[in-house]
Amino acid sequence: MTYTKRPDGRKFDEPRKMEAKVGIIKRADGSAMFKMGDTIAIAAVYGPRELHPRFLQNPERGTLRCVYDMLSFSVPDRKRPGPSRRGTEISMVTENSLLSVVNLDQFPNAVVDVFINITQANAGTRCAGINAAVMALADAGIPMRDLVSAISVGKVGDKVVCDLDKDEEDYEEGSTDIPVAIVPRTGEVILLQLDGSIKKEELKEALKMAKKTCDDIYKIQKKALKKAYQEFQNE
Amino acid sequence: MGEIKVKDKEIVVPGQELATGMDFLPGGAAFREGEKIIASQLGLISVRGKVIRLIPLTGKYVPKVGDIIIGRIIDMNFNGWFVDIGCSYDAALSIRSVQEYVERDDDLTKYYSFNDIVVTKITKITRSKLIDLTTKGPGLMKLVGGNIIEVTPSKVPRVIGKQGSMIDMIKKMTNCRITVGQNGRVWIQGDIKNTLIATKAIRKIERESHTPGLTDKIKELLEKETKK
Repeated sequence: MTYTKRPDGRKFDEPRKMEAKVGIIKRADGSAMFKMGDTIAIAAVYGPRELHPRFLQNPERGTLRCVYDMLSFSVPDRKRPGPSRRGTEISMVTENSLLSVVNLDQFPNAVVDVFINITQANAGTRCAGINAAVMALADAGIPMRDLVSAISVGKVGDKVVCDLDKDEEDYEEGSTDIPVAIVPRTGEVILLQLDGSIKKEELKEALKMAKKTCDDIYKIQKKALKKAYQEFQNE
Repeated sequence: MGEIKVKDKEIVVPGQELATGMDFLPGGAAFREGEKIIASQLGLISVRGKVIRLIPLTGKYVPKVGDIIIGRIIDMNFNGWFVDIGCSYDAALSIRSVQEYVERDDDLTKYYSFNDIVVTKITKITRSKLIDLTTKGPGLMKLVGGNIIEVTPSKVPRVIGKQGSMIDMIKKMTNCRITVGQNGRVWIQGDIKNTLIATKAIRKIERESHTPGLTDKIKELLEKETKK
């Protein structure tokens, strides 16, 4: 059977409605929220600050630490709070993709902490987390080469689709979910995870779709960042 | 021939392209990548001839030698104190670089104790970000009483004004003693009403730091508030 209609009536290459806001956590050095449909991620950045214990310090450049966590009420069945196998993995892949844009040469022996919390989950949480985290890093004034935009693309049934939600991820006849993070200015792919099956041509098509959507996400991120600092300029 | 992609006083985000071509120079938090000039932080653009400067709007205070800053004593050991100066690293204030003469084996809390607020100057910063301070010099001292408010470090020049015009005006009209540290900490001492007025004025400067005619606006605010 072919997959003809998406559950929420979107087009196959249409992402969910997105929203971004910067500066939502007052006591953090930088913070941001990113929302795609029913998935909401909030990120807080602290630092650069001195790293303790001292044996973890790197005298050549600063360290980046990411923590990704889904809050217990973010999913229909309560998630057991605290780190999990899945959470640790996502923390690591987020950290690696953010590391390729931040420049911490000016902060030896210091650490930048990024905390990503998912307050509401409906698939695509790691992408929402990365989008929020990179805005929070910019809000904290961390030197960066560029922002990062992330989106999940994939295959549901026999169709290549953009921004899968939970219903599509659990599609009975099989679905493949591919989170992709892209550096918008250069088009570099800095995160690509895939488990499932997809044909070469379909993967190419999916990546093209991801690039296009990431450009839109970049615009939303840029607008949110500028808006947070613009308001007092236009008085 | 290059081309500027941004306007003067525009807010840019990291990774944004500011200009192309080798005849422009990056300044501040901007950097060159190939032919292009790219922003590395969220900040404000200032175009001065061939130099495109990016002034960061957020971020922690970046220490510079010679800056006069307001710090808080957080720790001490046998040869000095450790001071929180609002940047990513703690600074060291050695007993040899304080204005008081410190007796051998003396109790260091006699001179500066925990949570004391000091106006100090940065004398040295090493590559591994060890920051040395001194309290020897005019205007450097321990502060007693008063209140401290924090402003974004990049807004400090606006709070002070040209040759101190802005801060002098606030001092005169509110009868407060005010010290502004380059790290964005502002110490205000005066009666409660005037402290609040001065705080209000400084917050307004911070909020509207890049609007023209700021001095007049602040003067207006101060006149209105002090008459109440």
